[in-house]
Amino acid sequence: MRGFANLLDRLAFTPQRNGKLTLMRDFLRDTPDPERGWVLAALSGALSFDTAKPSFIRKAIEARMDETLFALSYDYVGDLAETVALVWPAKPGANREPDLSEVVDALRDASRAQVQKLIESWLDALDADGRWALLKLLTGGLRVGVSARLAKQALANMGNVEISEIEEVWHSQHPPYEDLFAWLEKRSDKPTAAAPGRFRPVMLAQAIEEPDFTKLDPKDYAAEWKWDGIRVQAASERGVRKLYSRTGDDIGKSFPDILDFLTFEGVIDGELLVMRNGAVASFGDLQQRLNRKTADRKLLEQYPAAIRAYDLLLDGEEDLRTLPFAERRKRLEHLVARTQSPRIDLSPLQTFDTWDKLASLRARPPEGDARISEGLMLKRWDSIYAAGRPKGPWFKWKRDPHLIDAVLMYAQRGHGKRSGFYSDYTFGVWREDANGDRALTPVGKAYFGFSDEELKELDKFVRNNTIERFGPVRSVRADKDFGLVLEVAFEGLQRSTRHKSGIAMRFPRISRVRWDKPAREADELSTLERMLEK
Amino acid sequence: MAKPESILCPSPSGLYCPPGDFYIDPTRPVARAIITHGHSDHARAGHGAVAATPETLAIMAARYGEAFAGATEALRYGQTITRNDVEITLVPAGHVLGSAQAVLRHKGMTIVVSGDYKRRRDPTCPPFEPVPCDVFVTEATFGLPVFNFPEAEDEIARLLKSVAQFPERTHLVGAYSLGKAQRIIRLLREAGYEKTLYQHGAMQSMNALYERFGIALGPLEPATIESGSKKDFAGAIVIAPPSAIDDRWTRRFADPLPAFASGWMRIRARARQRQVELPLVISDHADWNELTNTIREIAPGEVWITHGSEEALLRWTQLNGINARALSLIGYDDDEGES
Repeated sequence: MRGFANLLDRLAFTPQRNGKLTLMRDFLRDTPDPERGWVLAALSGALSFDTAKPSFIRKAIEARMDETLFALSYDYVGDLAETVALVWPAKPGANREPDLSEVVDALRDASRAQVQKLIESWLDALDADGRWALLKLLTGGLRVGVSARLAKQALANMGNVEISEIEEVWHSQHPPYEDLFAWLEKRSDKPTAAAPGRFRPVMLAQAIEEPDFTKLDPKDYAAEWKWDGIRVQAASERGVRKLYSRTGDDIGKSFPDILDFLTFEGVIDGELLVMRNGAVASFGDLQQRLNRKTADRKLLEQYPAAIRAYDLLLDGEEDLRTLPFAERRKRLEHLVARTQSPRIDLSPLQTFDTWDKLASLRARPPEGDARISEGLMLKRWDSIYAAGRPKGPWFKWKRDPHLIDAVLMYAQRGHGKRSGFYSDYTFGVWREDANGDRALTPVGKAYFGFSDEELKELDKFVRNNTIERFGPVRSVRADKDFGLVLEVAFEGLQRSTRHKSGIAMRFPRISRVRWDKPAREADELSTLERMLEK
Repeated sequence: MAKPESILCPSPSGLYCPPGDFYIDPTRPVARAIITHGHSDHARAGHGAVAATPETLAIMAARYGEAFAGATEALRYGQTITRNDVEITLVPAGHVLGSAQAVLRHKGMTIVVSGDYKRRRDPTCPPFEPVPCDVFVTEATFGLPVFNFPEAEDEIARLLKSVAQFPERTHLVGAYSLGKAQRIIRLLREAGYEKTLYQHGAMQSMNALYERFGIALGPLEPATIESGSKKDFAGAIVIAPPSAIDDRWTRRFADPLPAFASGWMRIRARARQRQVELPLVISDHADWNELTNTIREIAPGEVWITHGSEEALLRWTQLNGINARALSLIGYDDDEGES
């Protein structure tokens, strides 16, 4: 438990992805089985408890400690699990410190009545960090900024393999993953991923650059819209139906309606969208369905999900991934036609003979709605389906981003190489308040898109024009007579109740610093609202 | 027997002893002062006569110049002087180099002003000596049950592990220039770290002073670019005052990893607020268990609490049937600013 606690502690305070990867890789490498496997399960979300309710933890501590002293402590710390971890009266030598694997085993076999006693005995045996880790785990929220994907990447780094190899076998493996570690340490062969309905690592596209076109022959490529939903893999194999995100997360629980419609035998690669009568709805509609543990009937009716198919990986029992795209596409068309499902349709191919013709198509979004596509996909007719992001066979040609001029309002210090710089910028646009005065309202935050030189100048601007400081954040002077205008590029807008402006930006970044532009000439919130309505 | 309040009482300038006519750690210039230790909120310049340990006097001279007081008197640990019938003895407090508790004896009554103290081992100063007394005057900087500190040696082991894991980054350790910095350096040396440590300019004189008093700190170099290129600091440990680790000064280092050694790091929100990546829970103050165990061990007739989180400590004394009161002295940093 001590090793696990130390790891969680470091992860919680390490903001950089690479730092987190190093910490996890080293831990997985240096910790024996089965402990590391359970830790991997905890980090990747495959192990979750809600054994200890906050009310139980409170009761347990109040039985051991003066109520007033606890209240003063809780008031100071603010987090229940952390407070209890710190104030729990130690009983040195009470018990041996449990490993995570012992905790898992014991909880599996314990009756409800035994669970509380067990937890208390562990709290007696652990130190403050160990108690914190245990309580976080048992109350069901590690919150150390690690996704399942990142945990798998660390595992791949540990074994020096591609993450797609991990993803391919992941769903056939179970905690504590001893076969997986044996393979990564070259003590045995790669585990088989023969389970029906397993995830197949997806093929991704490179962004195309202007000079690429001169080297590419339009005749070699198929083109289709890159629909604005989420990329999914729908598997229906020998009675097993699964819906995966492109990183291999099983999202079937949120989409029971889709699972019902997987009446074919095979594996489709496609875009998950909300569709009404064959017309695609906006990404905002799809968001209503994402990240939900369950879906009630009303939600299913209001936001009907569907799949627009791009590719076919498995047809019946035949693996098509080594066939050329042209052949796979034909087989996909047959399968979609055979299935006759109201929730599965084909992503149509676009005809073109020159890049110029395709460019004008790209400028005209499909179905008359600008928000429905993110751009075009180019796929070589002869490309096999290769996991990862190989250079050459597939390209994405994104639509030009939206641009607005916003005013810098707050800046926060960065991390690592940027720790001495104010590098995270919150920006706002003008809005009329109740009195008819124009005031800035924050609409987004960006921390890249500028050069190192620009960063230095931005940092200097922030330091010279700070009007208030809150911890690592500075509030910067921004009013109609003075302020720094940032040209912000973004991919789309959604309504949001979490933001004061009512708007959330997708993928915002600084495209230019407008030292020349007066703050009062920055954009209005109404401009953004119009983009929403379109 | 005299009432303790007639021997020692709070005043706007700090704790005052009327029969002896002197102050302890006064916050404003006074005629006669006893100084418990060299941190700037306890040891100020401008007093008439100052009595303190030789180490504390040296620290004050290094900070404020030789003319920091009208007259000085060096008191070794255990040596006793008398002021108008009040006997004054300084005994070790275990806080920083030269730190002392002031033991006052008058008409059969003993009052111990502990100053700032801790009970853990510190290779840079002698350990706290418990003195039986009628009144024990204690601080309560970390006077909440949540402050339960791990062993400093384990925290140093975490730092060294991180240095091994991230050899491409520069570990910047924020530590107060007087006491904490030298303790960290000694602990690193004890843990077998023999490489050059880099020091911020603001700590150079204090490190040199510790060396003069026989605390060997090993190879130290200034953390300036002149002593190498940015890349040379990759894999190095740099010790700097806390205020320096989150500012422009850090740009000279390769991908800095900010660490901070302080008792406040026990609270996650505090560490996050400072954007610390490696919080090291190392304090020169007593944690909750040290405070309460010390009071139990000394078993004084009365406990007076000078500053810090007195509310919880008062509650604890009440639960344990110990007489206690809060003096609520002002002018002492409870932010471990340097205290």
